Amino acid sequence: MSKPILSVRELTKRFGTFTAVDRISFDVGRGEIFGFLGANGAGKTTAMRMLCGLSLPTSGRGTVAGCDILRESEAIKRHIGYMSQRFSLYDDLTVLENIRLYGGIYGLRRREILRRAVEVLRRLDFGSERNTSVGALPLGWKQKLAFSVATLHRPELVFLDEPTGGVDPLTRRQFWELIYEAAAGGTTLFVTTHYMDEAEYCSRVSIMVDGRICALGAPAELKREFGAASMDEVFRLLARGAKRSE
Amino acid sequence: MDAAIKVQGLTKRYGTLTALDDVSFEVRRGELFGLIGPDGAGKTTLFRLLTTLLTPDAGSASVDGLDIVADYRAIRRRVGYMPGRFSLYADLTVAENLDFFAALFGVDAAANYELIAPVYRQIEPFRTRRAGNLSGGMKQKLALCCALIHRPSVLFLDEPTTGVDAVSRSEFWEMLAGLKERGISMLVSTPYMDEARRCDRIALCDKGRLLGVDTPQELVRSFDDPLYALTGPDLYGLLTAARRQPGVRECYPFGAAHHLVAERGFDPDGLLRALSAEGFTGVSIRPVAADIEDVFIKRMGHE
Amino acid sequence: MGGFWSFVKKETLHILRDPRTMLIVLGMPVVQLLLFGFAISTEVNNIDVAIVAPHPSEAVRQCVARLEANPYFTLRGGISGAEIDRTLRRGDAEAVVVFAADFDRRMERLARGEDGRAAIQLVMDASNTNTALAGAAYLRQALLPSRPEALSVETRLLYNPQMKSAYNFVPGIMGLIFIVICAIMTSVSIVREKETGTMEVLLVSPVRPIRIILAKMIPYFVLSCLDLVTILLLARYVLGVPMSGSIVGIVSTSLLYLALALALGLFISTTADRQITALIISTMLMLLPLIMLSGMVFPIENMPWILRTLSCIIPARWYIDAIRKLMIEGLPFAAVARDFLILAGMTLALVVVALKKFNDKLE
Repeated sequence: MSKPILSVRELTKRFGTFTAVDRISFDVGRGEIFGFLGANGAGKTTAMRMLCGLSLPTSGRGTVAGCDILRESEAIKRHIGYMSQRFSLYDDLTVLENIRLYGGIYGLRRREILRRAVEVLRRLDFGSERNTSVGALPLGWKQKLAFSVATLHRPELVFLDEPTGGVDPLTRRQFWELIYEAAAGGTTLFVTTHYMDEAEYCSRVSIMVDGRICALGAPAELKREFGAASMDEVFRLLARGAKRSE
Repeated sequence: MDAAIKVQGLTKRYGTLTALDDVSFEVRRGELFGLIGPDGAGKTTLFRLLTTLLTPDAGSASVDGLDIVADYRAIRRRVGYMPGRFSLYADLTVAENLDFFAALFGVDAAANYELIAPVYRQIEPFRTRRAGNLSGGMKQKLALCCALIHRPSVLFLDEPTTGVDAVSRSEFWEMLAGLKERGISMLVSTPYMDEARRCDRIALCDKGRLLGVDTPQELVRSFDDPLYALTGPDLYGLLTAARRQPGVRECYPFGAAHHLVAERGFDPDGLLRALSAEGFTGVSIRPVAADIEDVFIKRMGHE
Repeated sequence: MGGFWSFVKKETLHILRDPRTMLIVLGMPVVQLLLFGFAISTEVNNIDVAIVAPHPSEAVRQCVARLEANPYFTLRGGISGAEIDRTLRRGDAEAVVVFAADFDRRMERLARGEDGRAAIQLVMDASNTNTALAGAAYLRQALLPSRPEALSVETRLLYNPQMKSAYNFVPGIMGLIFIVICAIMTSVSIVREKETGTMEVLLVSPVRPIRIILAKMIPYFVLSCLDLVTILLLARYVLGVPMSGSIVGIVSTSLLYLALALALGLFISTTADRQITALIISTMLMLLPLIMLSGMVFPIENMPWILRTLSCIIPARWYIDAIRKLMIEGLPFAAVARDFLILAGMTLALVVVALKKFNDKLE
């Protein structure tokens, strides 16, 4: 494995006496689809915030996309892409306006934004919808657009926070194909999900319980290790032992 | 025996959007009935119609034998409702919330304790904690207690497990199974297809329409296309390659393997040979039984 | 109905669990009254004074000398009694000190404790009543510092004989605070239930939602009553507002206004679905016009007719007017009958409209 794109050691976050994230250490290699799983309140969100440069760890160290978590948290934001369940598009703006807006947010030059917008529209086959307002698009299209917008600045690492919550099974699968495609193109994807079948699509998976990572590996390895038939079973075995809930 | 819920041609429009389009089904007494579908399927609209919060544009429905339009006040006395959003008072404690909802229905929380006990016992240690500080799973348990406190004959649960982890979800369904034994009829909605098998019968819904109503077993049995699980080391490559092969109708990711819907007379060994000719190694294919998601995807396609 | 009180209890808990809101609600009237009161008493500076002294005895000269030595006053010289009006109108002086012709004799009688007429008359330019009032107090101190209690200084205000705006801010603040607590806070608290989804559960229950909403209003009503008591006590004992009118009148008019504000809150809650909408509606449609048009800040008499007409539909206008008459001018309750009836009519209309608009469904 070449130099990992994300590497953290003993990362910890405390709120008062409560340790939300407890000395987690792991690496994510370039081009991986990394599944970041955990029960409610296991500390996933807190951990992800630190990795995205939105909050500083209480202790520990690490780098994300070549930037130091402690000293360069602002730079991290420029080097990563982020998409959440509510995919952060403006429903009342058109497809093109949304792309331009995010291009501007990521600090791309005007000409560069235009060039990439054309490219995104071509790739998604959105030619005739460029001036349609996003609110009128079908869910699946919206999701693809949101993903393209989140990766407009060509980040090497993209965080996807429950990108498929409440989505129908077909659209969900189409979205995962988009993820596969991006990974095949060399982008690293860091994904959280509540759908355990989606955990199977990841190249490696970590499962957090009570603020610690208690399982880490390829789905096939984890299933073998825990003698389980599916990731769902692995998850249940681990999460049942959870002591705390939020 | 009459039905707990009877829905006939129910339609609801918001402006030009038809949220619910000519929906009909029946929930029998004592049944645990699942409404399964993604966001935008019209599940919440259906719940609001049945709990008399909305009036239909066409069609009719009855709950516990009472018409949802004409007898709406009487229905409100008999049903329990847990909306999709967290619907408790975050600044009140667990016990205060429960007492409030008991008062709302004019019952004494203590008198009905025995019904909610199996659920309430799990949150009782936190009875003085404010509801806003509970975990997702505990909030749901409290909401369930509050919806049950007046011994409703029909219980409506709108996406009770959304956003909750797999373990808490599973616990929640176990509690519902317990309530079913007490004779309470339940209509539960969920976007998680894997929860279908927890229900006696389910309705698959998408974009305001029902794609089928039956027991989960029957629905799965109705899937009559040859279905295979295809797996190998390079899953993404396999997916695109398999789609190009003859006799393959559809191929989509399905957990650790892909599901491959084939035409009749499909030759799996032929596929393996073709794939290995393209350079894929370690590929395996085997027939599998369909899952609710396969049924859903297939029926979505027919729409 | 037992349920009703458990709703009141629940609502009270909501309020008690939010100490910041409590602090604002109970602290706001105190802070506002004291701030306004403080601002008024420090406004006096460099008052131009003219003297009328028909018989300048030694005692009179001493008085004038004291004035001259006081940095707050600038002496503009002596004038005759006939010039008083003109001097004030031209702005040559803001205050005229008129010594009685028999000043020495009157002082002696007063010193003996005999009843007598004032030895000095102050004539103030009351176009700025704040300055006038405070200036009068200063002049009294400066002229007769040794035994001001034994001497009466008669103050006659020329152009604004009822001192209309001196304590005007007190009724104004009352008009404002009750709207904030009753209308804004109740509407926001009702709409909050819609926004968080609890309203859905409340509606799907046998209790008529209007009951729940009435229960919601009670704690806010009680809080407002607390504020009313605070304001009245502060106004009387800290600010020294005369409060010579009927206290029963003040309280009953205020209670009517509270009911009106609650109905207004209910009405707003029927039109808004989100807390922020309720807040914007209340601020834009109620607070701004209330401050601008009710006469709280700008006198209604000086408004162009269109604004004057517009001000008629603002409840606070009538309330503030009534409270001014009762609290400051000391008029009997009969004097505010018209205001009271208008407020009562408005309350009734709002209640009817709000109840009609109130829907026990979600659409």
